[in-house]
Amino acid sequence: MKKATLQLETLTCPSCLQKIDKAVKALDGVDKESVNVLFNSSKVKLNFDDEKLSVENIEKAITTLGYEVKKSQVNDL
Amino acid sequence: MQRFILKSKNKITLMSGILISAGFLTNWIIGNETIFAWSLIIASALGVLPIAIQAYQALRVKVVSIDVLVTIAVLGAFIIKNYEEAAIVTFLFLFGAFLEQRTLNKTRSAIKELTEMAPESALKQIENGKFEEVDVGEVDVGDILLVKTGAKVPVDGTVLTGEGSINEASITGESLPVAKETGSNVYAGTILDNGTIQIVADRVGEDTTFGRIIELVEEAQDSKSEAERFIDKFSKYYTPAVLVLSLIVGLITQDVALAITILVLGCPGALVIGVPVSNVAGIGNGARHGILLKGSEVIGDFSKVDTMVFDKTGTLTVGNPSVAEKEYYGDNIDEALGYLASVERESDHPLAKAVLEEIGETTFSAVENTEVVKGGGIAAMVDGHRIAVGNVALMERENVVFSEKAKADVSRFEKSGNSLVLASVDGELKILMGIRDQIRPGVKEDLLKLKKLKVKNLVMLSGDNQGTVDAVSRELGLTEAHGNMLPEDKSAYIKKLIDQGQIVAFVGDGVNDSPSLALANIGIAMGSGTDVAIETSDVVLMNSDFSRLPHALGLTKATSRNMKQNIFIAVGVVLVLLASLLFSEWMNMSIGMLVHEASILVVILNGMRLLRYKLRNK
Repeated sequence: MKKATLQLETLTCPSCLQKIDKAVKALDGVDKESVNVLFNSSKVKLNFDDEKLSVENIEKAITTLGYEVKKSQVNDL
Repeated sequence: MQRFILKSKNKITLMSGILISAGFLTNWIIGNETIFAWSLIIASALGVLPIAIQAYQALRVKVVSIDVLVTIAVLGAFIIKNYEEAAIVTFLFLFGAFLEQRTLNKTRSAIKELTEMAPESALKQIENGKFEEVDVGEVDVGDILLVKTGAKVPVDGTVLTGEGSINEASITGESLPVAKETGSNVYAGTILDNGTIQIVADRVGEDTTFGRIIELVEEAQDSKSEAERFIDKFSKYYTPAVLVLSLIVGLITQDVALAITILVLGCPGALVIGVPVSNVAGIGNGARHGILLKGSEVIGDFSKVDTMVFDKTGTLTVGNPSVAEKEYYGDNIDEALGYLASVERESDHPLAKAVLEEIGETTFSAVENTEVVKGGGIAAMVDGHRIAVGNVALMERENVVFSEKAKADVSRFEKSGNSLVLASVDGELKILMGIRDQIRPGVKEDLLKLKKLKVKNLVMLSGDNQGTVDAVSRELGLTEAHGNMLPEDKSAYIKKLIDQGQIVAFVGDGVNDSPSLALANIGIAMGSGTDVAIETSDVVLMNSDFSRLPHALGLTKATSRNMKQNIFIAVGVVLVLLASLLFSEWMNMSIGMLVHEASILVVILNGMRLLRYKLRNK
């Protein structure tokens, strides 16, 4: 398991959070409990199984929603 | 394509705005209905694009978002050929989102300033002994780094070679530079004012003190209170419910205009955004003033505090004893001070340190025949004179005669909580010094401000004897003061207060008071930022600055008020809109959208006021 922190473009609408939350949780290999979408700091924090998917998959899920991922960081848990 | 459209959202907003005004102008001036209709059709078709894309993406992940409501409403308006409303609603929605982004960035700016102080690069030693610039993320524990004048210290570390002075304001809030030499600890995010040093990395990235502070503040600005979680849940079901309601109304009344108006009016906006906006602005204001508030729950509790419990040593008082009062008797005082300093120099008693600090520069002489009198002090020969330094008991043993004035001075000094140091030369009393742990400057005024902020009880708990505690308490005008307390007595006392139903804040230095910090409703740590106190407490006053406490309390009160105002505005707007839909003629989709967007801006602007909050000096 790895821990990912993704910095997104500035989030302004509260319903963005719901969308991002659902889209990320729908990915196979993401620890659903750990997903945290932060409104004010415009970040997504989550733990994921790096054997099942890569951070690029997560980034893609968010960019297809229409939100830009500015920076992502992956750390060991 | 999708991304291109979303990226050009601002341009689309501008274009649709121009088209709408052009349409209206031609209609008024030349009265051409066709141009009017077509410019509005193009404007709304253009404007609805980014909204519809977002709506589609939301539906794909099974979320009924506000974009979905607006898209359906605009399509509905097209169906009934009301292009005017379709164009205006899309424009207002896009323009509102633009303004929201701008203003929200402003409310978040204070915290952003903090995170932007994080170091980005480091000069790391590579194999051939030279230094190479690398990203701070590539620095590992044990690496040797070079820090030049004017550069940021990239990680927490220890100085290997070199010396310099460092501005640690980003960690401690203290702007005076601190001198560093081999073996000193340095902290990430601080700035080397002058000198050049080489350091070895001890902690990197998020483990550094600065990294932890940023992490804490970032989590705090997004932490949610009970009420917010409720609002979140509510809004999850609210939007789909509005959709269903408008469908039902549309089917029953066969009135499409009414149905789509409900869709627009029902958009939740201000309600969801109001509380987080107050929260981020309040915490941002705190961060700028050296106050770390750990989240909105803390803000809510702290604003309601009615009892504040203080640790004495290091919180209300400076923490190390110093000479508070002194009296000299007879002549040749300079000589006597020199003798006193010479004797005290041999001692490692804490009072001796305070005496030496007070005397400062003087002529030292050789000390002979030193005799330590247990529980009394020291007697010795200096320059052929018999010198006795100690308490009253020692003076009596030395047969020193006290004048009436000296007797009065002794009892006065004792009353105000001093420990006494007396010095006699050849059996004659020369010097009387009263030493105590002095009250921090300004604390009295700060406590008064706290009282004005409706803190009912100010309580002091201390391990010192009751006499000393009473003296401090009298001087500060506290409600209660208890001495002879061990750390476990303090936490038991706090528990008792909480059981009585009081909301208790405990203010301590966090070193030995962690149980009390954790137990109190609000644990306030006077930390220099490097302590474990950051972890166990709810509020941290950086650089142990007591004067920030009234600001912190005032700020949490203002923030909590601000949140309530925002909830009130949001709920009020929805109620007014719904009522006017039912009872008035003038309500339509455009007005609904205008009021809706305006209410969002109002709550953001209201939250922004907190960034400028200052405690009024009354």
